[in-house]
Amino acid sequence: MHELAVTESVLRIALDAAEKNDAARVTDIYLTIGRLSSIVDDSVQFYWDHISKETICAGATLHFNRPPAVLHCLDCGQDYAMEDFLEPCPNCGSVNIRVISGEELQVDHIDIQRKEEQ
Amino acid sequence: MTKSVEIVQNILDSNDRIAAGNKEIFNAHQIFAINMMASPGAGKTSFILRTIEKLPKGIRLGVIEGDTAPVTIDSDKVVAAGMPAVQINTGGNCHLDAVMLEQGIKALPLEDLDLVIVENVGNLICPAAFKLGTHINILVASIPEGDDKPYKYPAIYRGVDVLIINKIDLLPYIDFRMDYFKAGVEMLNPDLRTFVVSCKTGEGMDAWVSWLAAQVNAVKNK
Repeated sequence: MHELAVTESVLRIALDAAEKNDAARVTDIYLTIGRLSSIVDDSVQFYWDHISKETICAGATLHFNRPPAVLHCLDCGQDYAMEDFLEPCPNCGSVNIRVISGEELQVDHIDIQRKEEQ
Repeated sequence: MTKSVEIVQNILDSNDRIAAGNKEIFNAHQIFAINMMASPGAGKTSFILRTIEKLPKGIRLGVIEGDTAPVTIDSDKVVAAGMPAVQINTGGNCHLDAVMLEQGIKALPLEDLDLVIVENVGNLICPAAFKLGTHINILVASIPEGDDKPYKYPAIYRGVDVLIINKIDLLPYIDFRMDYFKAGVEMLNPDLRTFVVSCKTGEGMDAWVSWLAAQVNAVKNK
């Protein structure tokens, strides 16, 4: 349930950026959340609908980019994706691997409508 | 017409900034600080109590207990063992964050401490995401939880500096494949410093405490 804290942070970041850019409304928010970040999209959306009410982010669409974790095998050089469950290298079975990516947890950009455009 | 505004900011940036402030407070007081995470029932409080027993006399420990409900069972035990403890009630929240920890730090007698252990809320998912500003994160895993936990909860194994495998005395009674468990840990966090212990028998605690004392003294003598 730490999705609530995460969603509150998304709202704060979006509102800050909106204010700096004279936004009248925020229409879209683009998030990248790697598969290793253990965040559930549906929960974020659920909290979002509640906490963004009465703000200029109300009704904004959340876009989730959920890249898989990418692992690299040090023994055979193979790169492979981890979707839900951690596995040894599918090519050689080694556990001598490194996590390359999958821990992203960021707001990439937002789409806004400016005040004068209303 | 909509306009796109580039942001590219870590969602938990503001938490991380407060965590950095917490670390400065610890450093200013030459205190070594630990964020201890585990599932409920892994033996976090027992591990702290065993550590208190074994700790060299010169090292003064304070404990910050995070709990989801206003119960002081854990902090009472620490106080009974002769160490100052502060209880943070997270109000049902599943993890401690840097703001909550800041409050806890302020309630401890920092001038009189060399080591602070933060006992996070028992949970393998949420605490992993929130930096607190401690010097290290440790995870207490225990044999009865099963050997598949690194595979199911990879995030928490990624973010820790020390792994404690507790309740090793139960190994003869439980189907726990140590090789399988350790292979999962190795994939996520290669060469992770690991101590295998039993809080019941005291096995393995000396190695942990002597490593801990060396870390504390390194910060104290800076």
